[in-house]
Amino acid sequence: MTAIAAATVASTVAACGGSDDSGGGTSSGGGGGENEASDIGVTEDTITLGAHYPLTGVAAPGYSEIPTGVQAYFDCLNQEGGVYGRDIEFIFRDDAYNPTQTSQVTNELVLEDEIFAMMSGLGTPTHSAVVDFLNDEGVPDLFVSSGSLLWGEDPEQYPMSFGWQTDYESEGKIIGEYIAENFPDAQVGLFLQDDDFGEDGEAGIRQYIDDQIVAAERYTPGNTNVGPQIAALQAAGADFVVGFNVPSYTALSQLTALQLGYDPQWFYSNVGSDPTLVGGLLNRFSEGQVSDAALLDGALTTGYLPTVDMTDNPWITEFQRIWDECGGEGDLTNYRVYGMAQAYTMTQALQAAGQNPTREGLVEAVETAGGEWEGPVFAPFRYSEDSHMGTGGMTIERIVGNGSEEVQPVRITDIGDAPIEEYDGEAATPPANAIPDEESVVD
Amino acid sequence: MSDLQSPASTGTAGKASDDAPVKATAGGDAPSAPATTGRSFLPQSTLLRHLLVLVVCAVLAVAILELTSPFQNSQLATLTYYAIAAGGLTVLTGMNGQISLGHGALMAAGAYTTALLLDAEEPLPLPVILLAAIVVATAIGALVGVAAARLHGPYLAGATLALAVGLPGLAIYFHDIFGGEQGMRVRAPQAPEWFDGFISAVSGNNASSTKWLAYVGAICLLITYFFLANLVRSRIGRTWRAVRDQEVAAELAGINLGAWRVLAFVVSAAAAGLAGGVLAIVVRLAAPSGFTIVLSLALLTAIVIGGLGSLTGALLGSALLVFLPPFVTNLGGDFGLSQTEAAQLAPFVYGVVLIVVMIFVPAGFVGTIRLRWMTRKAKRAMAQAGADGASSRG
Repeated sequence: MTAIAAATVASTVAACGGSDDSGGGTSSGGGGGENEASDIGVTEDTITLGAHYPLTGVAAPGYSEIPTGVQAYFDCLNQEGGVYGRDIEFIFRDDAYNPTQTSQVTNELVLEDEIFAMMSGLGTPTHSAVVDFLNDEGVPDLFVSSGSLLWGEDPEQYPMSFGWQTDYESEGKIIGEYIAENFPDAQVGLFLQDDDFGEDGEAGIRQYIDDQIVAAERYTPGNTNVGPQIAALQAAGADFVVGFNVPSYTALSQLTALQLGYDPQWFYSNVGSDPTLVGGLLNRFSEGQVSDAALLDGALTTGYLPTVDMTDNPWITEFQRIWDECGGEGDLTNYRVYGMAQAYTMTQALQAAGQNPTREGLVEAVETAGGEWEGPVFAPFRYSEDSHMGTGGMTIERIVGNGSEEVQPVRITDIGDAPIEEYDGEAATPPANAIPDEESVVD
Repeated sequence: MSDLQSPASTGTAGKASDDAPVKATAGGDAPSAPATTGRSFLPQSTLLRHLLVLVVCAVLAVAILELTSPFQNSQLATLTYYAIAAGGLTVLTGMNGQISLGHGALMAAGAYTTALLLDAEEPLPLPVILLAAIVVATAIGALVGVAAARLHGPYLAGATLALAVGLPGLAIYFHDIFGGEQGMRVRAPQAPEWFDGFISAVSGNNASSTKWLAYVGAICLLITYFFLANLVRSRIGRTWRAVRDQEVAAELAGINLGAWRVLAFVVSAAAAGLAGGVLAIVVRLAAPSGFTIVLSLALLTAIVIGGLGSLTGALLGSALLVFLPPFVTNLGGDFGLSQTEAAQLAPFVYGVVLIVVMIFVPAGFVGTIRLRWMTRKAKRAMAQAGADGASSRG
């Protein structure tokens, strides 16, 4: 088995064969056996993980901070002994949010860097380009940073891929139910990104308030003029606008509405609502005329993770400590919290995969134990053999200043016609040093 | 006299051919027959000579693909589609003097055709699919070419720019067929069985799907360059150059400028279509965000850096496009930059390289080398002629 560690062309075959006898026969859990190079990307003292993010280009603001959060968490984890004594090495590469480049950097990660697993690859169109490749090559594709249903809906099609954040359809359902109960007379307009993001969100929201929706307008990412869409919403008489859009379009829609004298109640889905980032974008797009996120004050949004303004939340306290000790320049942001929370789940997965993890063992571990994991995410994950969907719960929050206040506690649901229920679980408290301690479930 | 700009003629034919726009396109103006100096072991016939080069290049391609790692194989696959498109563009821009900012859109036509055909339940054989990609792109190229033939310089650039911006928009408008913004995922075709046998016979390496795609790309690249090389050395190539350099003279010689311009555009579009087809199977996706104006501009910079009008230059320029960013990123990482900073370094260095090339080697790599070589030969010929003249007078 040690031959596998040699990074030669021929060893790829050998290693693929090696992954079949999952677990490698060593007893794991208590750390009784010895560390072995049990699969590609695993050595006696390291595990290599990889990811693709937009570090340059239009999608870089905000999103490029996620890997710094992941990195900071793993750095602190490594100082405390890593996972079964192995350091986690995290390699992330820039795809500029261009699927062609995602394909190139993923080739590099899988074939050149020989990662054990992909984690947190960001973006729906970008990750779509590589999901077939990763599954064909048998590379675990954990916790994709996108709420598309693609990663989790059909484990038979993509057995190696797992979602992580609340999918857009479930989010749409929770938003729809909230509007039906609290704004039954509102004339709702939808402002949607013209891809799975907007489509799934719309499908979810229409389950509850189809008759209240007076207009659904779509924008194409890259086209920065949203005047026609906002004007159409205004003309249709919508007094409540739900946006399934990315942060830059939150800023654009706010500025356009300001120009048109249009002032509905805004509701932005989680993806597009980070007040700090949107404030910065507003400042840039308006060339200084709008200086912060004050325009967003009073807008509604959803949440599935604690945010940096919740300074008394124990997870935020721990993440702040990790960022101070192991992070780089800059402040802790919601995007860095997102990265750290993903790294936390990844650590749980690696621990559950046992002392000598294999790629198949890792997938098995998430399927078997993932539904039980507690962490910073408000509601449990839906992982099982039949579903690779991430968390399915969300709160509704109102944006105040650079933070938010909860207006509806966590409610959970699933895709399709699954009902929405109150989540009665307790919020988890972080373990010592915010390092999980999961039992191995693979033998 | 087979070539207006052949070096032998510069000494004797007077000023007119000296100050024609030869400098920028020097890369493309290789002699169309073996040099008259004749110390060449290559066959006299252009076709035979190119066939020989093709065989040598094919052997070289196999050697390169077998000696490099799987990741480098995938990079080479990327290189092939850039190089095929750049080859077509360099024929259009270098040989015929037309500028196109719309080649990214023509590649999109090829890529979407490939994606649609591979999506079928029992897809056609790969060569047929790639041929279809060529046909579709050619048809679009012909349409645009007819309009383009009437336009010059910035106007032509504007018209093709509209193509680059507009065509990918169709994919979003016809959301149900083309998958909208997210595009169509492409199931890369599996390698046939003989490929396994071939690879194990040649090198004993693992015949992965990445390797198969790199071979498909390399085969397409070699065939394209073989055709293009023959074309530019033929009467057609000479006519294109005549249209480029001296419109009035060409028209006086009975050349229909418009028709020849359309032909150049069509040939170039065919290459872009094939490149798009290869891109679709290598990237496994055809999405509008892959065919932005940035792609068209990248192709243009590739041929300018390499040397306008030269196929070797197009290949070199494409190689720079593929290998420079990861090289710079890794170098930045080695020098202790964070991965984010290193990633931001790549576009910067690419820009610097472009500026440096424009200042110091304005005719591109191949063009500048060829220009040097031509100047030296011309000087020697002049000296020879001077000596001859002196001796005959004396």
